[in-house]
Amino acid sequence: MTEHVDASEPEADATPATAAVTPADAADAARLVAFGLQPKLLPARDQEYADLLRRYREDPPFARLADAVAAGLGLVVLEVSPRAGMAVTAAEDSVFAVRMGGYARRAATDTGDRFLHGLAHLAVAAMAYPRPEDLADDGYIGRVTVNGVDAFVRQACRRLEERAEEQGENTDPATDAPGLEAAWRIWARRSSTGATKDARRLPGSTTGIVGKAAAFLTESGFLQRTGDDNGGTYRTTARYQLQVRDMAGSAAMAELLDLGIVPVTDGTATLLPADETDDLELVADAGLPFHGS
Amino acid sequence: MTSPASTDSVPPQLSAGPRPAPGPAADEGLARRLRALACTAPLHDLDARKANLAGEYSVYGMAEVALAAIDLVTLNMDFDTGADHDQIVARLVPRVAAQAPARPAAEHERVARWVLENLINVGSVDRGFRAVYGTFGPDGTYVRRDYDFKLLEEVPGPGGTVYLRTTDEAVNVLVGALDTDVTSAQIAAEVKLEVLISRGRLADAQLAAEQARYRTVQYSETLRKALDATRRNVRAVDWLTAVPDMIAEALEHVADRYRHENAILTNIRKARDESEEPEHKRRAAELVDIVKDCIRRHTQLQSRLLEAGPLFRAEQDRQAFGTPLTTSGLDLYGHLVAPVLPLPLEQGLRVTDAFFARGTGLRTPVSVRVGDLVDILLTPPVEREHLGAEMPEPDLIATPDDSRFSEEQLAAAMELLDLPHDAPRRLSGLLADARAQDPDLPYLVALLAVHAASPPVGTAYRQGEPKLLFAVDDGTELDDPEFGGADLIVGTALLDAAGMAADRTEAA
Repeated sequence: MTEHVDASEPEADATPATAAVTPADAADAARLVAFGLQPKLLPARDQEYADLLRRYREDPPFARLADAVAAGLGLVVLEVSPRAGMAVTAAEDSVFAVRMGGYARRAATDTGDRFLHGLAHLAVAAMAYPRPEDLADDGYIGRVTVNGVDAFVRQACRRLEERAEEQGENTDPATDAPGLEAAWRIWARRSSTGATKDARRLPGSTTGIVGKAAAFLTESGFLQRTGDDNGGTYRTTARYQLQVRDMAGSAAMAELLDLGIVPVTDGTATLLPADETDDLELVADAGLPFHGS
Repeated sequence: MTSPASTDSVPPQLSAGPRPAPGPAADEGLARRLRALACTAPLHDLDARKANLAGEYSVYGMAEVALAAIDLVTLNMDFDTGADHDQIVARLVPRVAAQAPARPAAEHERVARWVLENLINVGSVDRGFRAVYGTFGPDGTYVRRDYDFKLLEEVPGPGGTVYLRTTDEAVNVLVGALDTDVTSAQIAAEVKLEVLISRGRLADAQLAAEQARYRTVQYSETLRKALDATRRNVRAVDWLTAVPDMIAEALEHVADRYRHENAILTNIRKARDESEEPEHKRRAAELVDIVKDCIRRHTQLQSRLLEAGPLFRAEQDRQAFGTPLTTSGLDLYGHLVAPVLPLPLEQGLRVTDAFFARGTGLRTPVSVRVGDLVDILLTPPVEREHLGAEMPEPDLIATPDDSRFSEEQLAAAMELLDLPHDAPRRLSGLLADARAQDPDLPYLVALLAVHAASPPVGTAYRQGEPKLLFAVDDGTELDDPEFGGADLIVGTALLDAAGMAADRTEAA
């Protein structure tokens, strides 16, 4: 609140300041963006970073300069704050953008693998922020485990399988049209783990794929590894929340709407049972009593 | 046949004839049976493909080994994890060995591993099987479909280990009638067990006990998944009635079974101890193990059930009593994951691609300068540290040699005791020979002879030694100026090293 008042002070003499942008200012602005490009760097750990962040918040011309540097590099500024630092992310087609082909080699040629890698990222986010409130709450820190994410998706798939069976659908895909196979079957079909000769995780298994996603997000400064239990445990960072909330979530949502699918909810958590009679008759392999679409 | 002219001429009541299946409803049963049939294919396939293995493996019944493997995995599936790879192989080996006793133990293990790996289908990326079958659609078109299934699947265990589980398909291949109500089937099996034991028919009792254990495993599995569901989101589960009811029911079940199985245990123990016939005794002992295992599983289940309540309260505190916030409106599960999963792959891919493209953050691209490149290419590769940090040179202090006998004395004594296996000697003679060499030597010889009275058979067996020194007391008294006691007969026994080696592998 007080910062806004402070900020209005330099605003008054901002006009002459912008007129006289010195090379030193540009260097500082670029330096701040450079800090933002090191997502694992915490402002609290680096005095210069913290100083530049303060300058960004207190000196609007400098802020505009930094934003311009970021935009010129093909970056989108999500937030600039002491907790998240200079949170920038790659704009589409930017040199900083992550491409699926570079992320996983098999994914470049095999659509099934490409889907699994994408879904793994989506599922990690969904497990990290299980309720809409969690995604909105700036102070919320989500916790995920690799095996937990796999089990969560697997159970959701199991629910769909059961529903299809109830309705007597034959979900086995036609041999000549693999693209029409239901998405959940791709995950359900892939084994969750596998023994390898050198005791590493089988990269093609679903836990391998989720593990890769978690490790990658850790490199992006979105997750922090906290332990080795359950295939690796992680907690989320402020940057991840911003990224999911402001970038990825809405982009995926737009794509879904574009497909003509409008998920209707009232803003409360959707991991609810449908009604009394539904899912709590716990038969064998009932899994999660999810109620999805 | 199919030309328009001929169909026109066919009378209407015959026109339905050429279509083999009247519609999707009738086809469904066929599809189900085709899928069931497909599940057995990997087993037949094993026998068909064994000829391709390097070596003469036709003596082995691969399908039999495979079914035994599925049996073992099902029996060893734990509440938390599954069955251990190596353990399953070790338990399979005796059966494989029995099929071809003359073959080396290494080959037996190879066969067991081959079968297990093929049941997992290690070679494929899905680690599963695929069968293609055809059905008629509602509009009469013939569609070929892929049926994907697994028999054994690998699941993650604690500490990054990998365990095996049997899939539902495999259980159905193994025991067709498992698809019944868990609780009542278990009660039935146990009543049967009690009757069988009281009538002394232990062979049947073992079968019933093993069936009871299959059901126990299945029941645990159901509950484990139900408990997992309660962990995720408090409001996702009905904690007012449904889950407490379920937990109460399960606790009652555990208490009931525990009482029941303890009673059975007492009965079988009695049967085991009283039975005269060794075969009965052995079977009863096996039954004791099985029932003990059942009890262990129940205890495990109970501790899980007791954890559920506190877990719910903690989650409730966190989730329900936090300050309400204005939500961003985006519910990742409800708005994205749940709608994407039922979509066809082509469409789902668009959503996940969009999420991936904007949800992974950024990577600073690596750009190499030619100058750096030269340096990089010329840098010798870093030696990989296989051995860890260097050990500090230990500071050794020479300890004074306070042995009673010297190495030479030991060698002399061993030479003296190196007797031909068909000519044992009296201790008195050995002592006299020893005394002639060295006045101290008789003590060592006497000591070794006394040790040989209780030869380390177990050690020799494990190490596969070819011969063993032994000493027997036949009642003759030792007449010696320095020693008293029995004049032992000392001799060397030859051991069947090859036989022991085979035995050891089997026991493992």
